[in-house]
Amino acid sequence: MKARTWIPLAVFGVLVAFLAAGLKLDPREVPSPLIDKPAPLFSLPLLHDPTQAMSPGQLKGQVWMLNVWASWCVSCRHEHPLLVQLSRTGQVPIYGLDYKDKVGDALAWLEQFGNPYTQSLVDADGRVGIDYGVYGVPETYLIDKEGIIRYKHIGPLTPKVIEETILPRVRELNA
Amino acid sequence: MKRFLATAPALLVLVASLGAAAAPAVAREAAPLADDPVIEKRLMALAEELRCLVCQNQSLADSHADLAADLRQEIREMMQQGRSDKEIVDYLVARYGDFVLYRPPFKATTALLWAGPALLVVVGGSMLTVALRRRRGALADDAPLSEEEQARVKRLLEEEADGEGPRA
Repeated sequence: MKARTWIPLAVFGVLVAFLAAGLKLDPREVPSPLIDKPAPLFSLPLLHDPTQAMSPGQLKGQVWMLNVWASWCVSCRHEHPLLVQLSRTGQVPIYGLDYKDKVGDALAWLEQFGNPYTQSLVDADGRVGIDYGVYGVPETYLIDKEGIIRYKHIGPLTPKVIEETILPRVRELNA
Repeated sequence: MKRFLATAPALLVLVASLGAAAAPAVAREAAPLADDPVIEKRLMALAEELRCLVCQNQSLADSHADLAADLRQEIREMMQQGRSDKEIVDYLVARYGDFVLYRPPFKATTALLWAGPALLVVVGGSMLTVALRRRRGALADDAPLSEEEQARVKRLLEEEADGEGPRA
């Protein structure tokens, strides 16, 4: 074949390859710069006992999950049964960050759908959310024994993500 | 009385505007928009350069998303504390990554993004130049005619002279 024929064809092929790869990327999944960085510190009141506060420092020495949720968040409702199921297996403690929510609504929501959280922390004004780079609830972080963020999932969890990504990582981090 | 009736609407307007002026004072969560015009101007200029993560094709300045409003407030407070634009941008990049910047920095991962268009122009331009040169070379052939060509020219001219050529 002549160069005049195959060069434009090759260029077209490269273009198609790029566009095809682009189609598969999810523009909503922004890579977090916080991966492999220490989880930002905070001290927030507990949802079930506002007189008590908790900070991530208290969880040093264990692998834990931080799930950002809110009663107004529709996708949270979809992932919630999975979290309840995961909490029953006891493989990893789940802490909730109740993001920009009303305490009454949040309590009623947990009452209705079940409470998978070891504790829920109230981030009423969303400041802690900003520190964690939250931009679309629900978001889930996996934090290791040293308090380093090891994984972040944006959007609702799926059975596949839990089975194939989160649980293997929890085992790895606990090893 | 007539006089009073005529001025009544004006009075109403006056009272209404006074009420409007007093309203922000009782607003639940006053967005201190006009607190400090210098900071507001700086905030808007900076927010134009930053991407809203919720509605990704809008800047932080345009977006009505809750998060955008929160981030504008955060930036406003940092400006009031006297932090520089660079410090504020670094703060946001540490949390949301280069994605928040409409003008991401040049580094290994963004090299293709920055250099790509220029590269395409250079490659396309040189291809065009080569193609044009080749064509011009083919058209403007200044080499003297060969004997064979000379003979053909002569033959064609003679044919024309015989009246077989194109009509005048």
